[in-house]
Amino acid sequence: MNGAGRSFVLTAAAPVEAPPPAYGTAISRFAASLFATPMNFALTVLSVGMILLIVPPFLNFMIFDATWHGTSRADCLPNAGACWPFIKAKFGQLVYGFYPIDERWRPNLAFALGAALLTPLLIPSAPFKWLNSILFFGVYPVIAFVLLTGGNLDLRNFLLGRLIDWQALAGFGLALGLRWTFWLDFIVSSAALTLIVLIGAILLGASLRTALVSCVTLFASLGAVLLAVDLDFGLRSVETGAWGGFLVTMVVAVTGIVVSLPLGILLALGRRSTLPVVRFLSIVFIEFWRGVPVITVLFFATYMLPLFLPTGVNFDTLLRALVGVALFSAAYMAEVVRGGLQAIPRGQYEAASALGLGYWRTMSTVILPQALALVVPGIVNNFIGLFKDTTLVLIVAIFDLLGQLRASFSDPNWATPVTLYTGFAFAGIVYFVCCFSMSRYALFVERRVNVAGRR
Amino acid sequence: MTQPVDTIGREAVAIDMIGVHKWFGEFHVLRDINLRIMRGERAVVCGPSGSGKSTLIRCVNRLEEHQRGRIIVNGTELTANLRHIERVRQDVGMVFQQFNLFPHLTVLENCTLAPMQVRGTSHRHAEEIAMHFLNRVRIPEQANKYPSQLSGGQQQRVAIARALCMNPKIMLFDEPTSALDPEMIKEVLDAMVQLAKDGMTMIVVSHEMGFAREVADQMVFMDGGQIVETNTPKQFFESPQHERTKLFLSQILR
Repeated sequence: MNGAGRSFVLTAAAPVEAPPPAYGTAISRFAASLFATPMNFALTVLSVGMILLIVPPFLNFMIFDATWHGTSRADCLPNAGACWPFIKAKFGQLVYGFYPIDERWRPNLAFALGAALLTPLLIPSAPFKWLNSILFFGVYPVIAFVLLTGGNLDLRNFLLGRLIDWQALAGFGLALGLRWTFWLDFIVSSAALTLIVLIGAILLGASLRTALVSCVTLFASLGAVLLAVDLDFGLRSVETGAWGGFLVTMVVAVTGIVVSLPLGILLALGRRSTLPVVRFLSIVFIEFWRGVPVITVLFFATYMLPLFLPTGVNFDTLLRALVGVALFSAAYMAEVVRGGLQAIPRGQYEAASALGLGYWRTMSTVILPQALALVVPGIVNNFIGLFKDTTLVLIVAIFDLLGQLRASFSDPNWATPVTLYTGFAFAGIVYFVCCFSMSRYALFVERRVNVAGRR
Repeated sequence: MTQPVDTIGREAVAIDMIGVHKWFGEFHVLRDINLRIMRGERAVVCGPSGSGKSTLIRCVNRLEEHQRGRIIVNGTELTANLRHIERVRQDVGMVFQQFNLFPHLTVLENCTLAPMQVRGTSHRHAEEIAMHFLNRVRIPEQANKYPSQLSGGQQQRVAIARALCMNPKIMLFDEPTSALDPEMIKEVLDAMVQLAKDGMTMIVVSHEMGFAREVADQMVFMDGGQIVETNTPKQFFESPQHERTKLFLSQILR
């Protein structure tokens, strides 16, 4: 080898070596990262000072100076810390609101059933995902509805009932909590609608079998749901006005979450549709709901909507708030999902099209699985925001956890200087536990969907 | 819609493009394209960059819409009718320059997705078909990996297998080797040669002139959105008719 000898060709294969060990001990590296420069040193001192300033008083209030046992304000007055017996005494109220005490097994059962169905859904390795999803998203809401309200809705008119007086024609009345005229109406109306769809399918040259199957499935499931809420199970009716506390928080949050994601996906797809009408309507919907504060939405739904509806038509207050919250969060969800859709390269759409996949199959099997995986952080961000926004239903006189808590502050039996702080500390813990678990689960999901082979 | 265009039996014609024009905005990208590909015929399309080669074959399965003229694929004319488009796409496989595998699915799932979703093939049967074609492109051992774990050449072979799983009658290749490292080009071309020998009708946009010489029945040279010359490979390479063809060949055959 001539020249400067800088570059040369190895005559033997270079051995494979282990990476060099980290420099110094664990402690010396830790110290180096905390005190490396004067600036680092100052920041470290400042942080330690802040921790010392905040953590001990916090722990004192929550634990060491707190009152743990007692039955009234007298037990809490001597101590400077939290008055936990207050929470204990009000616990039932904080969880169920004014739900009748001897009926509280119903929300309990609804909670337990929800947990039992949701847990296997969240564990990726648990089997029967499809069945589980159908049970949780399809069957569970109906069961929970019947359990919580008592069911036995007095359904009177389906569609034709508004035009034809079935009572006069058929002349029979109530049995098992069912009004036969309604069900006659339902069967005749569904048959008529199915017929119209079939005629439409013939005219448009679409598949008759598909049209028939989808119509029958739709009306059968609608009928099953209606039957479940119409049947008299012998449960006492509990007005939603009596619901409160954590129960309401969960009902609003879960409904919002479960409705907003699919609706948001549809809106996002609509906004990117090539059909001008669909795109325009989606944009109008999304921008309308994003442009209005959630408080306005709730106020509007509660106090102004009745003014526009015909007399006699009256929805439940909680239901109106639920619809408002769900539509509101769907609009936000739509924009998050759209972000994910835009990140998918055009080649993916083209490859799916070239394989003969239609629009919905392309979306459901190729585009959405990738797009949603990309926006898991944004979706969960929305869920957490929604969960905390539920507390705004307070302003339309629905008492969620926080509302119930504030109502309980006025109890003179528990009037102490620390009652207020204890109550908010408790609410803070509950909200934190819920939101933090969602956030941790989201991290887990994110790692999982990103695990193998992304570009 | 499906009547024969002239006296040639329509059974024998795979693709017929008659007076096809297309514009991208103001840009006239395809100008009066007339091209007929017979069943079992292999056409190689070449030409300078921006000459409309890719647009031409993307019109065959309507990834691009033509604005004038007629395109008839396997006896089905491509119009706005979605059913016709779907029928054509099920019969026409396509391989892209950038592979476009689905990154969230394994190699096997990439191959079974369309047969199961579109043709309603059972899961087990779809996997059998997929393994058959993965064997043909000689990567059965990669079936359970994700696309990002494969080399470019392997990914492109998966893309070919994926298209073949739909049992297409025509295959379109849009510069299948242009995004590959040089050492991987051969493995993909081998798979394509194999396919050509099995009698598949193919349109290949490619500058692989060795491949063209070996398998093409018809060379199509495009420039400025027009077909400048069509010829047999022998004549095309040895005595090109058109000045523009000569210039092009002199530039790529050094």
